Amino acid sequence: MDPVEVVEGDVSVLDRADVDTDQIIPKQFLKRIERTGFGEFLFYDWIRDGEIELEPNPILVAGANFGSGSSREHAVWAIADFGFKAVIAPSFSDIFYANSTKNGLLAVIVPPEHCRGIAAAGRARIDLDDQTVDYEGGVVRFEIEEDVKHRLLGGHDEISITLQDAEAIDAYEAAHPMLGRPTTAI
Amino acid sequence: MTPTTLFDKIWQRHEVADGLIYIDLHLVHEVTSPQAFDGLRLANRKVRRPDRTLATADHNVPTDDTPVARMIRDELSRKQVEKLEANCREFGVPLYSLGSDRRGIVHVIGPELGVTQPGMTIVCGDSHTSTHGAFGALAFGIGTSEVEHVLATQTLVQKRPKTMRINYTGQLPEGVGAKDMILATIGRLGTGGMTGHVVEYAGEAVRALSMEGRMTMCNMTIEGGGRAGMIAPDETTFAYVEGKPGAPTGADWDAAVASWSELRTDEGATFDEEVEIDASSLSPMITWGTTPGMVTEVASVVPDPDSVDGPVEPETAKRALSYMALEPGIPMTEIALDRVFIGSCTNSRIEDLRAAADFVSGRKVADSVRAMVVPGSEQVRKQAEEEGLDRVFRDAGFEWRASGCSMCLGMNPDILIEGERCASTSNRNFEGRQGKGGRTHLVSPQMAAAAAVEGHFVDIRGWKERS
Ligand code: SF4
Repeated sequence: MDPVEVVEGDVSVLDRADVDTDQIIPKQFLKRIERTGFGEFLFYDWIRDGEIELEPNPILVAGANFGSGSSREHAVWAIADFGFKAVIAPSFSDIFYANSTKNGLLAVIVPPEHCRGIAAAGRARIDLDDQTVDYEGGVVRFEIEEDVKHRLLGGHDEISITLQDAEAIDAYEAAHPMLGRPTTAI
Repeated sequence: MTPTTLFDKIWQRHEVADGLIYIDLHLVHEVTSPQAFDGLRLANRKVRRPDRTLATADHNVPTDDTPVARMIRDELSRKQVEKLEANCREFGVPLYSLGSDRRGIVHVIGPELGVTQPGMTIVCGDSHTSTHGAFGALAFGIGTSEVEHVLATQTLVQKRPKTMRINYTGQLPEGVGAKDMILATIGRLGTGGMTGHVVEYAGEAVRALSMEGRMTMCNMTIEGGGRAGMIAPDETTFAYVEGKPGAPTGADWDAAVASWSELRTDEGATFDEEVEIDASSLSPMITWGTTPGMVTEVASVVPDPDSVDGPVEPETAKRALSYMALEPGIPMTEIALDRVFIGSCTNSRIEDLRAAADFVSGRKVADSVRAMVVPGSEQVRKQAEEEGLDRVFRDAGFEWRASGCSMCLGMNPDILIEGERCASTSNRNFEGRQGKGGRTHLVSPQMAAAAAVEGHFVDIRGWKERS
């Protein structure tokens, strides 16, 4: 994962609430077994039907509860592959938010009035270290967990970080034997 | 000792380090795992605990009894299932693929094999993993990067979620079940109402539910935005788990039941949020829009977008009604249907099929309707066939299929055609979910069965006596 510090540039606007992952990347594209190449299928039905137009700007602004529905990480891969580096919305589904952080896509939560302001301004600058979004007409602070921020800034791989705790995992397993049969023996 | 919640008890028991929790059971399927296995290969890592991992093929398997993966006609589906088989072989992960009589929807086979047990932490690269919370487990969906993390470390980086308890007082009226309870709850709280929370369902009406009903409720927690749903284990739970292939036996069983019996929220424990719902006031429910929160009672009408009950914006409601081709003011029971789908991890277990069969027995599917039953697993299918339920459905004019996710998400050939309207027992009525341009109404198995017979929705209360 590449480190992320600042995302700056033009804003694409998707003025809808509850944008679900079935819309972001329809199921017919989930059959691919690679992580790449999903961008061209982003919002496939909506774009193909002429319902929305989207420029591959660095920033996407959307309505509340963005990324609801299925856990498919393909949604994040598609958004990133399309060219977005950050999504700004009043709220995100939990799984989409977590998936974003594993792929260096910034998911930034700011109140609806600022989302509207950013959409109107058409340009914004997100500073992860400062936790601020700057746009013509305002500046707003956003919250992000310290660990997650640190990992994004450093571009660190989460599995490597966890494996530094391998002894703790060994110790846990030794202290908690499993009841019931192993899945390999049923 | 400070009183703690069911969630707290499980969480504390699984903390390996600060913000790192141990995962007892990891379920895997073909759609969200190939990139995770690739990641392992790239980094030269192994699956840490294949004995705590279980894989199946469900999302894009055809329901026409294709006997082996290499005979799946759709090329990409075939590749994905074959990839799963190759990955499981390479990494030593047990797998039930095509041809296995234990194959089925991942959230159906975990419980029926007894690998889902109270007190566990359970994850799967699928949002409806919340289903397993019905056993008093902490179970939730994860993304593919997290799947890779769990495969490699058997742990997950998680911050402690918030907690919510929804207490259902009183008893459910006749004709009203778990599906209606959860739909009504999402209608009231909204599709983001549970975001960031682990939700414990409690109260008299929940205690009275079977394991199947409890799974239906926990399953749809994700549609309310919740991280996980859970129900404290009790005698109903233990009776379900006992004797299943993965369940503890002998002295281990006794020890397990003793420790599971302690898994409940103490008197006086606090939640970040508490909600109370009077179960005795609930009705059979039908969704009218394109999120599960756009839902109303069967005896009601299609709402006016400007005055929708619950947290739905007028603009969103308008858009939804136009997609669904519905006019405000039409009675819900006048909505005519083209298709009926009984299946999915929400409602495809044996009890769901029995309940639906009871409504179609001796009756015929309306001429205008194409109806289909897709059992949740091969075991459910076998059991249903032993009980003769397949005959009941077939005689009525239903198609009786092999198990899988099927038309819940339409990744296999079972899909809606543009403009078709479907009564579905699944969990998502998003635009295009069951096929591009398809219109989905979510209902209980009984509501779907009766609608298949009448060709439009009906109030099932007293319907069997009337018709
Ligand atoms: S049945 Fe539907 S909701 Fe359940 S796991 Fe399959 S696709 Fe997902």
